Amino acid sequence: MRLLTLVFLLLSTPVMAVQPDEVLADPVLESRARELSQGLRCLVCRNENIDESNAALARDLRLLVRERLVAGDDDAEVIAYLVDRYGEYVLLRPNASGSNLILWVAGPAMLILALGAAGLYMRRRRAAPDEQPMALSDAEETRLREILEK
Amino acid sequence: MIAELGHFTLILAFAVAGLQATIPMIGAHKDWRGWMAMAGPAATAQFLCLAASFGALTHAFVTSDFSLRLVVLNSHTLKPMLYKVAGVWGNHEGSMLLWVLILAGFGASAAWFGAALPPRLKARVLSVQAMIGVAFLAFIIFTSNPFLRLAEPPFDGEDLNPLLQDPGLAFHPPFLYLGYVGLSMAFSFAVAALIEGRVDAAWARWVRPWTLAAWMFLTVGIALGSWWAYYELGWGGFWFWDPVENASFMPWLIATALLHSAVVVEKREALKAWTILLAILAFGFSLVGTFIVRSGILTSVHAFANDPERGVFILAILAVFIGGALTLYAARAGAMEAKGVFGLVSRESALVMNNVLLAVAAFVVFVGTLWPLIAELAFDRKLSVGAPFFDQAFTPFMVVLAIILPLGAIMPWKRASIANSFRPLRGALILAVALGALTFAVDTGQSVLAPVGVALGVWLIAGVLGELWHRAGRRLIRLTRLPRADWGKAFAHAGFGVSILGISLLTAWDVEDIRVAQVGETFTVAGYEVTLENVENLAGPNYQSTMATMRIVRDGQVEAVLFPEKRLYPVARMPTTEAAIDNGVWRDLYIVIGDPQSDGGWAVRTYIKPFANWIWAGAIIMAMGGALSLTDRRYRVAAGARKPRNLTAPTVAAE
Repeated sequence: MRLLTLVFLLLSTPVMAVQPDEVLADPVLESRARELSQGLRCLVCRNENIDESNAALARDLRLLVRERLVAGDDDAEVIAYLVDRYGEYVLLRPNASGSNLILWVAGPAMLILALGAAGLYMRRRRAAPDEQPMALSDAEETRLREILEK
Repeated sequence: MIAELGHFTLILAFAVAGLQATIPMIGAHKDWRGWMAMAGPAATAQFLCLAASFGALTHAFVTSDFSLRLVVLNSHTLKPMLYKVAGVWGNHEGSMLLWVLILAGFGASAAWFGAALPPRLKARVLSVQAMIGVAFLAFIIFTSNPFLRLAEPPFDGEDLNPLLQDPGLAFHPPFLYLGYVGLSMAFSFAVAALIEGRVDAAWARWVRPWTLAAWMFLTVGIALGSWWAYYELGWGGFWFWDPVENASFMPWLIATALLHSAVVVEKREALKAWTILLAILAFGFSLVGTFIVRSGILTSVHAFANDPERGVFILAILAVFIGGALTLYAARAGAMEAKGVFGLVSRESALVMNNVLLAVAAFVVFVGTLWPLIAELAFDRKLSVGAPFFDQAFTPFMVVLAIILPLGAIMPWKRASIANSFRPLRGALILAVALGALTFAVDTGQSVLAPVGVALGVWLIAGVLGELWHRAGRRLIRLTRLPRADWGKAFAHAGFGVSILGISLLTAWDVEDIRVAQVGETFTVAGYEVTLENVENLAGPNYQSTMATMRIVRDGQVEAVLFPEKRLYPVARMPTTEAAIDNGVWRDLYIVIGDPQSDGGWAVRTYIKPFANWIWAGAIIMAMGGALSLTDRRYRVAAGARKPRNLTAPTVAAE
């Protein structure tokens, strides 16, 4: 039983994100690998990229990315290779294709709408008759003055 | 016995909240003074009941009463006292109890400090506040009761998640809830105003201090969470665009917009309907956040909820309150016609732009956060939306906001000229461009991030100085006589600049080194000589630790001796990494010790993180700005009015 506990404890020591033995000798390839890793999701984690994740699967994916890079793939090919095997779930930056266009267009479209609405509002405000800005009734005005003139 | 008392007062609070929700509302409708006046004492009673209940639960945690299921699941006799107390809100049930305690606390404060409020408005505000209380108390009592007993108590508990056993995270939830829940006051005021059918400058003046307080707490809460992630998770990231983080960020963005639009209502009687809508949305996003976090709907996309019953309950609360408020809004908003007239170039227009940018930015975060869910349900696509999307889609809004901020802040109300407003800011612009260019030269054009970040940050901070100088009529002595609210604004805007500097420079200039080091070995990272002197095993109170001693030398001077750790919490069976950080104004040295290697060395990660602390310093400066504004006499008087009776007589006589 104690042996079992020991084995368990040893197994559960944290495996840190990128390990020294994973780092590629070629600094250019390595920096490409890091860049790519930061855009790929660790599939078993909660919203972590494989570059930061401690999970064993993330390590496998990091090694896979480096393997493809050493084999001479360009960045797009590495991504395509992973998407083929793991689905688009692996991408932290979703493709702007098909229904995802809604996601990408939502922000700019809303901005244009909001600017339009704000523009209309501001034009109306400019043209509005300059009435007395006092909306308070006499009683309220007295009360407000009491508060302010304390 | 004490636990039963806690359980009893919890149910009692539910009953009191029920009365507080109905009687004053009817009273306000029928103009029955006595019924309206009941709201104040009821709010106090509800708060006291919940305080007693929360006290009882704290007692159970502190004394390790393992007959309570919740204590067994989240505590352990060996846990340090601080975390026994923090353990009360380190779990779902206890944190919900804290949530309603704060909700009742805000209601009670409105009753205590709201003597100046018209009785009818006050009764309605407290009634709406109690309705939220009723809903969440029902949620607690029927789905998440913290006071459930076990028939056979175990000898010891299962311990709190070790990641949560940390001072930063111990105080993160209370601040966050003070922020989240504080926005309920703005909501209650908005709904009360809709029922009343009137919004005026006085209303804005009453609602602003509450929003400001909530915003301050939320700012501190988010900063604490981010700071915790930075030093605890072991690689120095400070923001991950995680659904749970977004859940707290969306209300913050909306609350920031609300603070600015409420100024327009207060000073110029414009933007009324929009301000009401923002007040509803701010609390709405708080509820959405609560729903996201509690249901687990987004953290585990594939199972609908960690606990479907709870998720559905919160969704129902969300639907009733936000749906109800928006329906009321649709019916009444038209009646709130704006009064103030202003030109296209004016402070009002600048604040409208502020609101457009903040609200659309919050919308982008909202869509991005929920998109994985929508895509799976509607289009059968399983996908992720992560940091790269948010960085790209969200950042432009903040850049534009930072560009227009100093100019908008200095513009006069009603009608302004860009040329005149720009004059006091010429120095700031020159400084910003110069420092941006200098950064570009130092950076040798690696990325646009550092120069743009520096230019924006300096533009904001120097712009604030230019504005203060301008407002003081270019005389030093007059600076001291500026109203506190002006100083608050200056601090908040400068804090935003400080955070922008920190975020951009840390992101652009972060240096990382990963290697295997033997004990005694020295290696160089960006000019710092790092020596791994020793690694030893130690025992902590409720964990085992592997601690390294690292000496860092620069130019022959010892910069720091750091002790990074790896910990193992045997009860929770969880390992954690404790990075060792040497904090500095210009840079943090950040060291993490990893696994022993087969050749006898240790995996070591060394980071140089420039300007890291500026990120949270900026947030703290922003919160300080909020506090300064809050102590401005105008708001103190409006919210407080200590002696309303003494006041009335002479002023009326003076009329």
